[in-house]
Amino acid sequence: MDYFAQQLINGLVLGSIYGLIAIGYTMVYGIVGMINFAHGDIFMIGGFIALIAFLLLVSLGLTFVPVILLLVLLVSMAVTALYGWTVERIAYRPLRQSFRLAPMLSAIGMSFVLSNYAQVAQGARVKPVPPVITGGYTLFENDGFVVRLSNIQIIVVVTTVILLAIFSWLVARTRLGRDMRACEQDQTMAALLGVDVDRTISMTFVIGAALAAVAGMMYLLYYGVIDFFMGFIAGIKAFTAAVLGGIGSLPGAMLGGLLIGLIETFWSAYFSSEYKDVAAFSILIVVLIFLPTGLLGRPEVEKV
Amino acid sequence: MARPTDTARESKAAAAPGSAAFILKKSFISAFVALVLFSLMIGVRTEAGPAGQLIYWTRFGDLAALVAAVFFGSIAIELIRGWLGPSRRVSLVPEALSSRLSGLQRFLAPALLVFALLVPVIFYEQRYMLDLGILVLTYVMLGWGLNIVVGLAGLLDLGYVAFYAVGAYAYALLAQNGLPFLEFSTTSPFVSIQFLDLGNWAFWVLLPISGILAAFWGMLLGFPVLRLKGDYLAIVTLAFGEIIRLVLLNWQNVTGGPNGITGVPRPSLFGIPLTNTDDGLATRLGIEFSATHRVVLLFYLILALALLTNWVTIRLRRLPIGRAWEALREDEVACRSLGINTTTTKLTAFATGAMFGGFAGAFFATRQGFISPESFTFQESALVLAIVVLGGMGSQLGVALAALAMIGGFELFRGLEQFRMLVFGGAMVLLMIWRPRGLIGHRAPSVYLEKPTEISSAMVKEGHG
Repeated sequence: MDYFAQQLINGLVLGSIYGLIAIGYTMVYGIVGMINFAHGDIFMIGGFIALIAFLLLVSLGLTFVPVILLLVLLVSMAVTALYGWTVERIAYRPLRQSFRLAPMLSAIGMSFVLSNYAQVAQGARVKPVPPVITGGYTLFENDGFVVRLSNIQIIVVVTTVILLAIFSWLVARTRLGRDMRACEQDQTMAALLGVDVDRTISMTFVIGAALAAVAGMMYLLYYGVIDFFMGFIAGIKAFTAAVLGGIGSLPGAMLGGLLIGLIETFWSAYFSSEYKDVAAFSILIVVLIFLPTGLLGRPEVEKV
Repeated sequence: MARPTDTARESKAAAAPGSAAFILKKSFISAFVALVLFSLMIGVRTEAGPAGQLIYWTRFGDLAALVAAVFFGSIAIELIRGWLGPSRRVSLVPEALSSRLSGLQRFLAPALLVFALLVPVIFYEQRYMLDLGILVLTYVMLGWGLNIVVGLAGLLDLGYVAFYAVGAYAYALLAQNGLPFLEFSTTSPFVSIQFLDLGNWAFWVLLPISGILAAFWGMLLGFPVLRLKGDYLAIVTLAFGEIIRLVLLNWQNVTGGPNGITGVPRPSLFGIPLTNTDDGLATRLGIEFSATHRVVLLFYLILALALLTNWVTIRLRRLPIGRAWEALREDEVACRSLGINTTTTKLTAFATGAMFGGFAGAFFATRQGFISPESFTFQESALVLAIVVLGGMGSQLGVALAALAMIGGFELFRGLEQFRMLVFGGAMVLLMIWRPRGLIGHRAPSVYLEKPTEISSAMVKEGHG
């Protein structure tokens, strides 16, 4: 039971990170109808930016950890958002009218470009980060087994909840959110009614990338290592989360992320950690076969 | 990129497009974006220090050079764009190109074939060229195999490398352990599994078996994805490819895990080994032994396999099943409403494509003598897919030329190994923007109406249709 509780905590933390990435997938799929294959690499870039910003701030002499983290968060979100914008501008916007598979292939190319760019720019070796946030609370102790909730776990979950609240407000209440929902329903009609479709799509990528940057930074702080290749697997898992929750649905993405995080953690804990990725990918296949619309998604009506 | 509305909107506040002020403004914006993008990633280099702590150093020179490159690059692009005039939409198949190509195709294909046949003669002394030729032909074969799935049936498969891996591991494991069969006896235990050592015939017996096993896995993948289409299909096939790779990586006691399998048996010339022994080919023919003999054999082997793939594809395209594939590619709903069984159509496409992938895998294993999961990553799938797309999705000659261009291009970048995927990815993006239907051209359906038939309501009488 204690072991279970500990794994539950770990799974929820991992799931929050997946959920943040999954939102980017689900938003883009909802509006543009394409799988943004490079999104996992945007997450990786976000982690790298956070790492470098952190290093620079520390060497500038800042010592107060909360200020450092807040600054790193802002810098990482801003720069990564610009990456998201640039990727959309270069690789996807010219293909808006192209044939069905073109954006997908372009996105795969972009994914290679981004991961190789990080490799060339920052080297192929794994980068370690000293634990920045230490300490935590012992929830309960039983027969020598301690169930701990560390501060970093609290920070990851709380940040995720706050961002989700802001984001839900953005989509539900602001002008931009209304434009986004309009574009999701019908781009041509939205354009006719005065919505700037190109700008709305750009903003979708920017927001998605900013959320992925937060996920990247949380991953960096939580696991303490980062490398140029981590975007690929994390990206596919987050996409799995988006599909599991029902692609196009925002609460679904978060729910899917949590479920994937929990499944992966419990699989590692009770079966074998080698096959945890296999488990995640198998879930993707099984969900798409038996539940193509996901848990919270709407069925897609095919018109001829 | 330069759709009229875009430029019009952006230039509303500034000067007219094409003017110096406009170009400078755009370039300054691009340079500023580049500065922000590259400032941290290029300007600062991090590395793990000797004691495990992080160290960094700055590279402002590189940063400045890159930003300047972006600035002048975007000036150049704007100038070229102004010089070319307003962009117009390129038709899917440029008339001139397609007709010129079909004329060219008549001579180009036989010429290429003759050249391929003569390569071992011309480059007999140059081992490097022979190896490169084998590599190119392997990708030609993989491209043609994937072309059946992607180009003909229109099913986007991002996990093709899985079948390549199945073929390679099937050959390597069976050749090393022998072919298992059941032996029946009258005493207990009545049935036992024996392993038949194939000796010199290993490759020739196991080649079809590898293909059949890969085809079986193709069907296995095909069943669950029957209902999926487009992007979902792509992502599931990708997941499938990764699952196969992860299993190969982690199933240590069968596949050797990350260490792979070493000492995979080499091919023989129909049972005659190409070794420096008494029963070797060189001794039998009474010529001096040379290691090049095997390379030449491998070359002709892969050439034959690739041509087999090509021949089968061309023949299949004329059969009902091939026509059903092409119909499926054009429109699945129309296909189903015309009574074509989409289930079997998709499954046969997956199985046929996978079978050729399996053949290529067996060849890869016997050529390398060593296989490990590292050879079967997603990048490999993407490379083969890029070859098919570059070749124009469905054009046989196009795929062959694209494989030549891609692998040859990779060889040119051999000195710049670390930039390889950067260039490859960038080329894929540019290709999609510039020529989404492929460089070489697009294969039209095999069957089509010679002249458009007139249909109007005036021609339809009640009860006559």
